Amino acid sequence: MVTLIVDNQEIETQEGSNLLQACLDNGIYIPNLCYLSGIEDPPGSCRLCFVEIEGYDQPRTSCRVRVQQGMVVKTNTEHVRRLQKTAFELLLSTHHVDCRNCPANKKCELQRIAKFLHFGLKLKRLEPLERDIEVEHEHPFLEYIPTRCVLCGKCVFVCRKRNGQPMLSFAKRGFDTVISFFGEKDKALDVCKECYACAEICPVGALLVKDSPNIPNP
Amino acid sequence: MNLSAETEEKAMFDDIASMLRTFEEKRENLMPILQEIQEKYRYLAPPALQMVAKHLRLSSCDVYGVATFYNQFRFNPPGKHQIKVCLGTACHVRGGDIILENFERKLEIQAGQTTPDREFSIDRVACVGCCALAPVAIVDDTVYGHMAPSKVEGVILGFEIEKERKEREKQDSESQE
Repeated sequence: MVTLIVDNQEIETQEGSNLLQACLDNGIYIPNLCYLSGIEDPPGSCRLCFVEIEGYDQPRTSCRVRVQQGMVVKTNTEHVRRLQKTAFELLLSTHHVDCRNCPANKKCELQRIAKFLHFGLKLKRLEPLERDIEVEHEHPFLEYIPTRCVLCGKCVFVCRKRNGQPMLSFAKRGFDTVISFFGEKDKALDVCKECYACAEICPVGALLVKDSPNIPNP
Repeated sequence: MNLSAETEEKAMFDDIASMLRTFEEKRENLMPILQEIQEKYRYLAPPALQMVAKHLRLSSCDVYGVATFYNQFRFNPPGKHQIKVCLGTACHVRGGDIILENFERKLEIQAGQTTPDREFSIDRVACVGCCALAPVAIVDDTVYGHMAPSKVEGVILGFEIEKERKEREKQDSESQE
C-alpha cells in the first residue's frame, strides 16, 4: 500500500494502481469520459481528467499516471480547471445539445461534468460545429446517433472484452470519426441479441437499443 | 446493377479469394492486402473487406476501421469518367471547394462516390502541380484550369452529348446493316 495526498486529504491505495481510479475509489471525483475501470492501457483521449502533481511542470492526465508513495496531487487548481473547461467546451461544440429529447437526460456524463465544472451547456465562446453525419439504422438492435457521440471508445472496449472480436469499432478519422457496426449482419443478430453492453456503457445516449428491432425476414 | 456488372463483381471476388490464399494469416498483412485489392480493382467493395477479415481472423469492423482511416482507399467503384477536384492551398484559396460543391450538386453524389450509372465519380485531390491555373479540376486526363462554377455544367454536358452521339452512331450503324 502507498499513501498519497490528494487535495490535502490523505488516501491509501494499492501500489502501482491508477491515479484516477485511486481518487474515484476514495470519493474524489475527477471529470472523465473515456476511462473505464479495468482498462489496461487508458486511451487518455477525453483530456478531462487533468490533475497537478507536485514535481511536474504541467498538469497530467490522471488516468495515465501510476500512484507513487508520497505523491502530492491537486485536482482543482486554476490551470487544471482551465484545461478541463476548454476540452469540455470543444466536446460540447460538436454535441447536439437537446437534453429534453435525449434518453440520457439526467444520467448523462456531460450533464454531470457541466454541473461539476459550473459550466453551462450553452456555448458562449465557441461556435457550434455540428457534424453532418447520418444516423446509422442498419444494425438490427442498436441505433447509433453520431451527433451525440463523444467518441470515448467505451463501447468498443466493452464489446471487445465481452465478445472477443468487437462488433463495432471506430471508422474514418479526424472530425469525421464515427463508431461503425460494419460487418456480418447474421453475426450481429446472434451476438448482439442479448448483450447490449455497448448501449449500457455509453455515457451520453449515443448508442440506443431500438424499440422495434429490424430483423430481416429469413 | 446490370448483369455484366454482377458477373464482373463475382469474378473480382473469386480473384480476391485466390489472392488471399497467397498471404499468411497474420494481421500485419492487412495493409498489403488492402493495397493490393485497391491497386487491382481501384476500390474496396464491402464484401471484399469481409473476406479479408475472415482470412486474417479479424473482426470485419476492425478491417473497416483501418480501411476508412486512410485516404488511399475508396469504397465505390470508380466511374467511367473520373473527376478530380484540386483542394491544394492555391486552389483552396481560389475557391476549389465551391467547384467541388458544384460537381457534387450537379451529379448528386459526394466526393469519393460514384453515380448510380457508374458514369462519373468525384474525388478530391491535394495538389496537381499547376497552381497558376487555380482552381483546377481534372476530368479523365484533361486539365481544366481557372475553373468556375458556371463551367461545371458545361463539362458534364460535354460528356453527356458525347455519350448520346456515340449511342446514335451505334444505332445508325446497326440500322444500316
